[in-house]
Amino acid sequence: MPFNLLVLVCLAYVIFLFTVAFWVERRARAGRLGWLRSPLVYTLSLSIYCTAWTFYGAVGYAARSGLEFVTIYLGPTLVFVGWWWVLRKLVRIGRLHRVTSIADLISSRYGKSNALGVIVTVMAVIAATPYIALQLQSVVLSFEAFAAATPPDSPTPGAGSTAIWLTAGLALFTILFGTRNLDAQEQHHGIVTAIAVEAVVKLIALLAVGIFVVWGLSGGLSGIVARIDASPIARWSLDPGRWAGLIFLAGAAVICLPRMFQVLVVENGDDIQLARASWAFPAYLMLMSLFIVPIAVTGLELMPASANPDMFVLTLPLAQDRGGLAMLAFLGGFSSATSMVIVEAIALATMVSNHIVMPLWLRLRPAAGLSGDLRGLVLNARRVSIGAVLAMGYGYYHVSGGSAALAAIGLIAFVGVAQFLPAMLGGIFWRGATRAGAALGLVLGFGIWVYALFLPSFGPDAVLSAQLMAEGPWGLSWLRPEALFGTSDMDPLIHALFWSLLANASAFFITSVLTFPGPVERLQGAAFVNVFDGQVGPQRWEGGAAEPEELLTMAQRILGDEDAQALFEAAARDQGKSRSILPDPTPAFLAALEERMAGAVGAATAHAMISKLVGRQTVTVEDLMTVAHETAQVLEYSAQLEAQRAELARSATALREANEKLTQISVQKDAFLSQISHELRTPMTSIRAFSEILSEGDLPPEMVARNGQIILDEAKRLTRLLDDLLDLSVLESGKVQLSVSLSNLREMIDRAILATEQVKPEKRFVFQRDLASENLFIRTDADRLTQVFINLIANARKYCDAEYPEIRITVRLKAARVRIDIADNGSGIPKAGQGLIFEKFSRLPGELRAKGAGLGLAICREIVANLGGSIAYLPGQGGAAFRIIVPLRIEGGTA
Amino acid sequence: MAPHVLLIEDEPHIAEAIIFLLRRDGWQVTHLALGAGAVDQARILAPVLVILDQMLPDISGLDILTGLRADPATAHLPVLMLTARGHPRDREAAVRAGADRFMAKPFANAEMMAAVRALCARAIQTDPRPGAA
Repeated sequence: MPFNLLVLVCLAYVIFLFTVAFWVERRARAGRLGWLRSPLVYTLSLSIYCTAWTFYGAVGYAARSGLEFVTIYLGPTLVFVGWWWVLRKLVRIGRLHRVTSIADLISSRYGKSNALGVIVTVMAVIAATPYIALQLQSVVLSFEAFAAATPPDSPTPGAGSTAIWLTAGLALFTILFGTRNLDAQEQHHGIVTAIAVEAVVKLIALLAVGIFVVWGLSGGLSGIVARIDASPIARWSLDPGRWAGLIFLAGAAVICLPRMFQVLVVENGDDIQLARASWAFPAYLMLMSLFIVPIAVTGLELMPASANPDMFVLTLPLAQDRGGLAMLAFLGGFSSATSMVIVEAIALATMVSNHIVMPLWLRLRPAAGLSGDLRGLVLNARRVSIGAVLAMGYGYYHVSGGSAALAAIGLIAFVGVAQFLPAMLGGIFWRGATRAGAALGLVLGFGIWVYALFLPSFGPDAVLSAQLMAEGPWGLSWLRPEALFGTSDMDPLIHALFWSLLANASAFFITSVLTFPGPVERLQGAAFVNVFDGQVGPQRWEGGAAEPEELLTMAQRILGDEDAQALFEAAARDQGKSRSILPDPTPAFLAALEERMAGAVGAATAHAMISKLVGRQTVTVEDLMTVAHETAQVLEYSAQLEAQRAELARSATALREANEKLTQISVQKDAFLSQISHELRTPMTSIRAFSEILSEGDLPPEMVARNGQIILDEAKRLTRLLDDLLDLSVLESGKVQLSVSLSNLREMIDRAILATEQVKPEKRFVFQRDLASENLFIRTDADRLTQVFINLIANARKYCDAEYPEIRITVRLKAARVRIDIADNGSGIPKAGQGLIFEKFSRLPGELRAKGAGLGLAICREIVANLGGSIAYLPGQGGAAFRIIVPLRIEGGTA
Repeated sequence: MAPHVLLIEDEPHIAEAIIFLLRRDGWQVTHLALGAGAVDQARILAPVLVILDQMLPDISGLDILTGLRADPATAHLPVLMLTARGHPRDREAAVRAGADRFMAKPFANAEMMAAVRALCARAIQTDPRPGAA
């Protein structure tokens, strides 16, 4: 098999993965995920548990230690079969609290403590870096295996350049599909699907090699059984301590590894996915392990003694001149390595950016929480973090020189991340667990891991001196890294696992019992532990202290304009408000907003940002009582009461709003009469005065002409006023005749801009438009819609007080409705006036005498209503802004 | 020197008509289109009469009237208040604030000139100002 062909196939495979990810992302954005969210894809994505270490290494493991490799599969199998107890709870908490990573889960559970988030993040990065290096090494080794089989005259790259190209390619793929957008739930459908495809490839590859070994090389089942009997693997004996320890370790790792947490919890869509995976994933693992022993014994028998058993999956077919099969095996290993690295990088980057970069940045620039483009910052932080994580993996590979020490790193990393287990399980099952306990346990356990397992794994004299390894620091033999407290006969791995978890769990438990949790911590603890019972709200905010407009501005910077406005509008509707998109800042709304933002930037940061606007989070005695007694509550009864109360609150809000409106209208009615009197009398005064002057005669002809012109102008003004009043009454009665046709929106806007050029012609206005998005054909009454545009643009020209006035027009098509926003950059309309501007003859407070009659916006509202749409003032846009929504095509010829 | 009238009216055409009528009758007229600084102008010009529109774009005519009455230099000035609003409440408000005469728009030119002459005559006879009309 020529080496160039290998590179070519490899590239084609990568391009295929890119295509899959890209295609799925597009479907996801169009909201058509369908079967891509099925339990099958979810289960397959879980297979990143099987990295290159398991794909290649399991065979080597079996060749060296017999059946012990099975423990790596048995642990997760037990966890998944018993999913009802732990996984279901984890996944539910993850969904409900929009957890973005394992660091976020722990930080959020213990009172949204960012310190804990930082500890977990740092630990995860340290434990994962060698693991990533291991994946790079496996790909490099598999390339070398091919290169060794190539005729010596053809060119092959060195190991260093393979690794660097691989790292760069992975970084590119991860950044492209891992940081496309700041998702509210931090899910990456494109990547998950690509991983599912890779899962299929690696399964097929391993099965194919196994079938070839059994039926192609050993003459069927009886042959392979004879071979196994003859091989040294059959003489392997079980060490119960190590066996149980490894099963426990693998079970812990499957929920604690950052990448597993990412696919298992963060990317999870519903409980059905998990229920299906509870048997499908163990089945997948079983298939993966089916042929490990046959391949191992055949390899040991057929390959020279010097051959690396870790590469048997690849070298066996190569030695038998099965190029195609070897190629498949290579792709399987390649898939295992790449999918692991990609997901690990995303999971770690999310942690680093949410728990280290963002909090640091918000602390350095406290004002930045309220301004600046945070979405870009978060995404860039992630991109840089992905690059940094992969660069560290490469650096580790480079420094360690692909040494044999790497082979053991898989299990070593497992022990490292298993340190999260006490804090995590304690957090979701035990209300008494406290932040101090979690922090102390994590730090202690991790410290022992570093000292007793991680550093010694580099070998004597690499980091720890041989003398220290043999005699302990300062000659204290009970402190020897691999024989703490004189336990020298233990297996080093189990030794480290035992001592680190013992210290971790004890410190966690004892400190938790001795310390008292803070208020936020208690609430979060209750919400996590009782996630399946009635909802104890995840958090309590004292409502009313925040301005909804400021909240909207902040939310727009994190979630984007579109999503933030939709969220606020929905909340306002739920509160029974029909005329404003701004909801009252009730505790419930603030909690919902925080949860949404937590999905994008993590619980701790979201909490900090909202605190900035709301002030300190307050927990009342009442709240604590609720938490203490919620188990005793008659849940159904209180739920009913709650529903009724909410219903009452909604109608009360609606009534209050109606009442306020009526009061305002009655006050306005007098103003309206006096206004219409004024509007009619003013032109009549000039007309009468000049008519009298003219009728007296005896005037120079130019005076006669001028006076006549004034009378004419004022008469026109009167007519216009009467026209407007008539127009309005026709529109209000709903008997208006619409002339519906298919018209181009851009032409309507062009016409409106042209028609308003005479309003304040001395002011130079800059129009910001996106002509491409305006190029829409709408079935509507074009003249009427244009009339609305003219009115709004003319108003902006009249009232915009900016030094360099601008008018921004944005058009969006969404679900067969066209949304047109027209905004200027002036000082906008004060809040008190926003509710009234669409009423007839309405005047803004303090405005005695406007230039128009105050009918323009009232007419606009009626026109848009007749066209089947709506118009609203859009707050929080920096100036006066209006949003018109009309249907893409209205029904019938008349309304 | 011709007697001086201060006219405060924002509608340009109405102002133009009144100015024409007054000048034809031999008065000297100063016109302000806004309410800002009207009280100061009245003090400086010391007119024989102020014609004041009730609804101005910046300051209410009633506020200007209150300002005039509060300043000893202008407290006695006769004020003719014009309004485009016909409501009796507007008249009451104007009288309460100290207007000497109240006239609703539209008005007859002759009626307006008669009111101007009457107010001036009274002002010249009984200076300082008479009791409220």
